[in-house]
Amino acid sequence: MATTITRPKTLIGKAIRRREDPRLITGTATYVEDIKMPGMHYAVVVRSPHAAAKIRSIDTSKAAARPGVVAIFTGQDVSKVGPVPCGASLPGLRVPNHTILATDRVYYAGHPVAVVVATDRYIAADAADDVEVDWEVLKAVADPLKALEPGAPAVHPQWPDNKAFDFHQEHGDIDKAFAEADVIVKQRILSQRLIPTPMETRGVVAEWRAADRALNLYSSTQIPHLLRSMVAQMLGLEENRLRVVAPEVGGGFGCKLNVYAEEALMGFVAMKINKPVKWIETRRENYLTTIHGRGHVDDYELSAKRDGTITGIKLRIIQDLGAYHQLLTPAIPTLSVLMMPGLYKTQNIFADIVGVFTNCVPTDAYRGAGRPEATHGIERMVDILAAELKMDPAEIRLKNFVQPNEFPFPTATGLIYDSGDYAAPLKKALDIAEYEKLRREQSESRKQGRLMGIGMSAYGEICAFGPSPATPAGGWESATVKIEPSGKVTVLTGTSPHGQGEETTFAQIAADELGVDIDDVLVVHGDTALVQYGIGTFGSRATAVGGTAVYFALQDLKAKIKKFGAMLLNSDDVTLANGQCIDNKTGASKSVQEIAAASYRAMQLPPNTEPGMVSTHFWEPPNFTFPFGAHLVVTEVDRDTGAVKVVRYIAVDDCGNILNPLIVTGQVHGGVAQGIGQALYEQAVYDEAGQLITGELMDYAVPKAHMLPWIESDHTVTPTPVNPLGVKGVGEAGTIGCSPAVVNSVVDALSPLGVKHIDMPMTPEKIWKLIRSAQ
Amino acid sequence: MIPQTFDYTAPATLDQALALIAQGAKPLAGGMSLIPMMKLRLAAPEHLVDIGRLKELNYIREDAGALHLGAGCTHYEVETSPLLRGKCPLLSETAAHIGDVQVRNMGTIGGSIAHADPSADYPAALQALEAKIVLRGAQSQRTVAASAFFLDTFATALEPGEIVSEIIVPVEEAGAGASYQKMAQPASGFAIVGVAARLRRSGGKIAMARIGVTGLAGRSFRATAAEKALENTAGSAAEIQAAAALVAQGVEANSDLHASAEYRKHLAAVYAGRALFAALARTA
Repeated sequence: MATTITRPKTLIGKAIRRREDPRLITGTATYVEDIKMPGMHYAVVVRSPHAAAKIRSIDTSKAAARPGVVAIFTGQDVSKVGPVPCGASLPGLRVPNHTILATDRVYYAGHPVAVVVATDRYIAADAADDVEVDWEVLKAVADPLKALEPGAPAVHPQWPDNKAFDFHQEHGDIDKAFAEADVIVKQRILSQRLIPTPMETRGVVAEWRAADRALNLYSSTQIPHLLRSMVAQMLGLEENRLRVVAPEVGGGFGCKLNVYAEEALMGFVAMKINKPVKWIETRRENYLTTIHGRGHVDDYELSAKRDGTITGIKLRIIQDLGAYHQLLTPAIPTLSVLMMPGLYKTQNIFADIVGVFTNCVPTDAYRGAGRPEATHGIERMVDILAAELKMDPAEIRLKNFVQPNEFPFPTATGLIYDSGDYAAPLKKALDIAEYEKLRREQSESRKQGRLMGIGMSAYGEICAFGPSPATPAGGWESATVKIEPSGKVTVLTGTSPHGQGEETTFAQIAADELGVDIDDVLVVHGDTALVQYGIGTFGSRATAVGGTAVYFALQDLKAKIKKFGAMLLNSDDVTLANGQCIDNKTGASKSVQEIAAASYRAMQLPPNTEPGMVSTHFWEPPNFTFPFGAHLVVTEVDRDTGAVKVVRYIAVDDCGNILNPLIVTGQVHGGVAQGIGQALYEQAVYDEAGQLITGELMDYAVPKAHMLPWIESDHTVTPTPVNPLGVKGVGEAGTIGCSPAVVNSVVDALSPLGVKHIDMPMTPEKIWKLIRSAQ
Repeated sequence: MIPQTFDYTAPATLDQALALIAQGAKPLAGGMSLIPMMKLRLAAPEHLVDIGRLKELNYIREDAGALHLGAGCTHYEVETSPLLRGKCPLLSETAAHIGDVQVRNMGTIGGSIAHADPSADYPAALQALEAKIVLRGAQSQRTVAASAFFLDTFATALEPGEIVSEIIVPVEEAGAGASYQKMAQPASGFAIVGVAARLRRSGGKIAMARIGVTGLAGRSFRATAAEKALENTAGSAAEIQAAAALVAQGVEANSDLHASAEYRKHLAAVYAGRALFAALARTA
């Protein structure tokens, strides 16, 4: 029977609404907190109120006497549980023993010292208040610069210099570059500690099925499989006896790319009490004990020629690590070094990192993870250089960019940039802004005494983590695609989306490749019992690496469909298009659904072909991808109050091919919001005693909608050759491109007053003081 | 939220509520301050009496040249009341600056002023309006001026067993104009500094000036020196700036993570100027 072939219906590139949204916006999604089990018990963690103290004794008797309290465990009780793992390795790295509960000493405010388990969460909380710890309070140090001073309190007594590691990298001839420079500019630049603040805090439900010797662990995580491997090891449980489920996860931003003490602790508790147990982090605990981001003090030097050519970059990073290494803590600043040349050609670099222990919660990956710090640094420095040379900031960038004909481009830090046309987004942003007209407006407004600023950044990223040799735990990703006997398609991805929309984009890929309706495709993720081993969602990798695995699994299936189709059509020349396998000679066809059914019924099989319609692919990327873009920001500073108003925000991002523009725009918006948060509002502040004084949303200023500008989002498209989808990743782009553009804009606004640099967050009072001291 | 154990009563009448409060129960209105404190276990009342549902405390009416607001009116009701918007727009404008929509839907004017957060918005307007505050206990009722009600940080003229039951503000006369201007703390939305200004012009002169200030010090206050400096002037830009500069004079200002005392004092003058200019522009 001949089939009419309709116009190919492609979904890739279409602004399809996110299929995950209805359950999210109707409040019907299942987060960890929504999981209910018969016999559920509740755990509350008793935490140190001190940043540094010795534990003389812990008295749990009063707490234990409360009716409903089932168990209380302290550090001694969990001594057989392995330490919280650090997945990063650096030469000479000092790794403190990070037990899941403190034993004799605490190292930061919020440090867990005991866990109280009760039949009811209110009883557990009351009993936790009853646990009495006899403290010997010690001197703490919360500032990384003070921690490096001689005589500073030792965070870990065995390492009185508070150094966790020294790291050095250099390339080219930095001494020659600086000796022969026409101009050298220097600046200390801070990237303040930030609190990731996902809407959903962490939470764990653990269920021990003793008869099956099986532990089910539900955790709000970005990495269910890696978590399974590491928690199994910590608990001494065989890995295949542990199932980890990441149910709906309400945001991660990197802070759930980790293995936390409480994840192993709840497993331990469930196995001890033989009942399911739930622990939900409060917002205060989240602020005190979930990782923070950034925490850099960066000293930059740039050498350049009179014409603006950058000849060398020196960078000394002091990284505030906090008291321990979480999963990737010491690795994060090394990403800053990798990214330090930005989009510029120079081959002469020199970088030092000092990793410093402080009596604070550890820092680790937060949206961008090392790359926002690096981009902020180089993009500030380029503006400082432009100001020194009295050059236009756009011109100096265009002069130093790696050129389109130079790809693949080996950087001074050992990366191979994949593809790019770095001038394109910058020129597009300048066009959208009507840059020359804008500068004229600025000149007019300055005559009226107004403080109007125009700032830009040209950013690059390292995304799609990554080639396995360059990552701590394997950088591939996995996918299984199954066509069920009914013809419905199930995609099992090893990534663990938690807001990035892959239930939609991966379905777009599968529907296009197989020619089936998108509503016939289900994307499953986040359950180690259902999904083959995977790595997870972080580092703008899910689509570029995980989507590619889906793509290749689909190619295998298409070949198999054609084999079955040819057999059923009794043809040796078939084409697969629009969900139909067509005999090219007769025009006869069989649908993918019919073929799938036949493959399971298996009345007849093609030669050397197994029944069924399932393919699994593990895709190892040959390189990272390197998205880029340019952001341009117009600000106006209120001369009387110092308040900054973002008047225009133009983001031109090149993330390679775009699978779904709606999702890409959403990612840009969210990233820019967090970038503006860092530039203007957010800072985690510890006092001298190591108390977090921004410990609540009443004091930690996450930007709300009314505090953000309209974002004009546009794109250039430079596909990557690294993967067949041509996609690069966009999850972190907004954050990385944003903060330097905002700061450059405000510095530009204040430049008539002689202001050359401002550290973040640019609070009104800080700006007001700059204005006042200039007057 | 996991507070400590407490009893909860939602009485049908104000008298029943006051009887329980007289026995030591803690009144709960919108819960916008008390509940977060209970969440953090900084407050652990044994018995909460829910007065937020009492119809007796929920009214806005005009009586003998004054506007009477039941303490249970939500910020949203104050913000949107046509009566208030027409006859005492300063209070509606101030309510619109409070928190966010959810807070304005839950929080009440009585609860807010009884809590007496030094950075709350209402006190600036109530000082400028020379509002009267009605306090009721099981056996008592008295009326105090706003200037005598706010004593210090979280401290008011309320005696044990008393609640705020009503707020009385004047109907603005012809020729009056008012404005509330604030710098919001970026995390909480509370006022780093907030200034409410009321002016009335008559015969080309400023016949009356009232300036209420919040956020600057431990308690809200009326900037009487600035008011006096402005009255009987023509309200020129220079005169307004000169008066605004007096607002923070001699004040021991708050200092915290979000603004130093010095900056707050500077902001008080800036926002006083802005509120006065806006108020003047609104005078008929």
